[in-house]
Amino acid sequence: MGWTRKVLRVDLGKGTCKSEPLNMALAQQYLGQRGLATKYFVDEVDPKVDPLSAANKLIMATGPLTGTPASTGGRYSVITKGPLTGAIACSNSGGYFGAELKFAGWDMVIFEGKSEKPVYLSIEDDKAELRDAAHLWGKTVWQTEEIIKKSHQDPQVRVCSIGRAGENGVLYAGIINDLHRAAGRSGVGTVMGSKNLKAVAVRGTQGAGGIKDAKAFMKAAADAKKVLADNAVTGQGLPTFGTQVLMNVINEMGALPTRNHRDVQFEDARKISAEAMKEKRPSDGRAHLVTNAACFGCTIACGRISKIDETHFSVVNKPAYWGASGGLEYEAAWALGAANGVGDLEALQYANLICNEDGFDPISFGATLGAAMELYELGILTKEQIGIDAPFGSAQALVKLAEMTAQGVGFGKELGLGSKRLCAKYGKPDLSMSVKGQEFPAYDSRGIQGMGLAYATSNRGACHLRGYTVASEVLGIPVKTDPLVTEGKAGLVKAFQDATSVFDSAGVCVFTTFAWTLADLQPQLDAACEGEWTMEKLALVGERIWNMERQFNNAAGFTAKDDDLPPRLKTEPAKTGPAKGLVSGIDKMKPEYYKARGWDANGVPTKETLARLGL
Amino acid sequence: MQKSLHIDPHKCTGCLQCEMACSFENYGVFNISKSRIKVFNFEEAGRKVPYTCTQCAEAWCLHACPVEAIKVDAATGAKVVHEATCVGCKVCTIACPFGTVNYVADTGKVQKCDLCGGDPACVSACPTGAITYVDSDWTGLDKMRSWAGKTDTQPRAG
Repeated sequence: MGWTRKVLRVDLGKGTCKSEPLNMALAQQYLGQRGLATKYFVDEVDPKVDPLSAANKLIMATGPLTGTPASTGGRYSVITKGPLTGAIACSNSGGYFGAELKFAGWDMVIFEGKSEKPVYLSIEDDKAELRDAAHLWGKTVWQTEEIIKKSHQDPQVRVCSIGRAGENGVLYAGIINDLHRAAGRSGVGTVMGSKNLKAVAVRGTQGAGGIKDAKAFMKAAADAKKVLADNAVTGQGLPTFGTQVLMNVINEMGALPTRNHRDVQFEDARKISAEAMKEKRPSDGRAHLVTNAACFGCTIACGRISKIDETHFSVVNKPAYWGASGGLEYEAAWALGAANGVGDLEALQYANLICNEDGFDPISFGATLGAAMELYELGILTKEQIGIDAPFGSAQALVKLAEMTAQGVGFGKELGLGSKRLCAKYGKPDLSMSVKGQEFPAYDSRGIQGMGLAYATSNRGACHLRGYTVASEVLGIPVKTDPLVTEGKAGLVKAFQDATSVFDSAGVCVFTTFAWTLADLQPQLDAACEGEWTMEKLALVGERIWNMERQFNNAAGFTAKDDDLPPRLKTEPAKTGPAKGLVSGIDKMKPEYYKARGWDANGVPTKETLARLGL
Repeated sequence: MQKSLHIDPHKCTGCLQCEMACSFENYGVFNISKSRIKVFNFEEAGRKVPYTCTQCAEAWCLHACPVEAIKVDAATGAKVVHEATCVGCKVCTIACPFGTVNYVADTGKVQKCDLCGGDPACVSACPTGAITYVDSDWTGLDKMRSWAGKTDTQPRAG
């Protein structure tokens, strides 16, 4: 079966936890995790709902392969309406929490309403109850996890929680599990905080059983693992260098957005790269990187475990930060570094630790800080307003403002609202490097044209994980396309978006797609899950999920006008590198994309498209 | 030749594929709470360490058992719990200095690593070679080779 067939419905207003059977007919159409939970969500929630009101819901969902030995089979997703964007929000995390939720016997947990006072949900297999969290409110993610493990007298309990950012209304607060794995984007943690839900603690001893054909599944999983091991990216690049392997590559391509996208190459890229993380520091003779690490079931192990330089100004006399902890991934290193022009690796790591400790998205935070630094350089924001001199490149400003955002004090409160609101407030809305209110990740749309279209049309606002055409345009996976041209990108983006929808709904990590195509995932799903899971069916499921999310956003009030990039990327050509002189060709690609999708000129799926997808 | 599980924590990434393989081999379900090998995560140090029974030559668990439910498998040398005989008294869990024999509430018996009859599932499942099954007399061979490789410390001529 792959599914546990059980849904836990938690009414935070009434304080009740009820078990209900999973709708298996829907599971056949939407698979699990992202797809299935979004289907539940759009069926139950008004698209116009205020994201931070009690009427919004929040769903934590596993996929059919979560908790199985399928490589990377430990994922879970959080689905809600996002406060940063007002669009569907769906954030995916690894670590061990998702598998534990599955082992406890639950496909998903639906939170509805709002608790009067802070609570956390405790799950021990079938037993689920809301418990008082007064003693946890105001605590960081790291403190919360420690306190829960101690009070449960169970070091094996797995915890996801929000930090102070989620309590304080930082609009891009995330939910952190296992200390440093994050459902990071779109403010899913903000919604959790708005419901007075501090944490979920889960212990599962039932395991994941009921695989349709265990023998075939073990063979399919083993075959697919071999594909990952034999691939240069997933077998060598990612375990050795992590996603940070991209820093120098993307910089060379002239697609590393720098200083709020003013530039496309960063002179200090090498100093914040994977290579730099492995070099011995002069201060203590040790490398920044301690080791790599895997999430549950993952045979790639791209995770970084780092130790900060104890002599760095950010952590002098702060031994709490000296231990090994989650290190910089590419997107975080870019956002906290190049986006602000900061080339101090240790300062980036400190800001990254703060993001993990208090639960907020380093991409949106770093990019918002980049916008604030530009406003400072333009003389619109002053030292007095910000609380510190904040020119591009200031590691001191990065460190101090990360702390202020975590604590919800001073100018940190303004940074916590994201770049769209910040730039609008100070009369420069065009300086927000975002789509639908969510900040760009680490690829410039002028140097990698397909990503511009992927950002503009992503259902959760600017995002690299909804259609990662970098794989094709940069790495040649599955085929190499020219990053500087717009031709063919509409179809490419659609194909990536639809396939990713399936991966995100299966319980596995999207990083497998550096090596896997749907053809590698399909035999695993078909052997594990009840019913027949053919390539044709999966392709349809992926497209169905994408269009379902689109319909929700359209009903929420988004239109074709929102599928756009900031003027800077359309009018200010790249200054250096291979893309020099180019702007984004989004206006050319967008109509081609709508056509490829079977949508009308307003970005609305046609009747024929909806009928074909069973929507 | 007798073989032993050989664990190299430096190679462990913490993926828990070994724990899933163990539970599947013994219970037909992917359930790490029933695994006989456990991976410990020393977060602050950035270390992950798989740990299981070392199959002591003088096995405390075997000697402590009042009903002789733990016997030596002649082929593998593993100390194996015979469930039909085990009465679930848990004395072996006290006797084991390493904590690698544990009680299973569901079955009312104890469980420990039995080397899967000579083909340990954890070994096949480990993606990084952190767990291997090697000649019992030469578990130090890899370490010796690694250090041997460092003996040539003289700068090469030219």
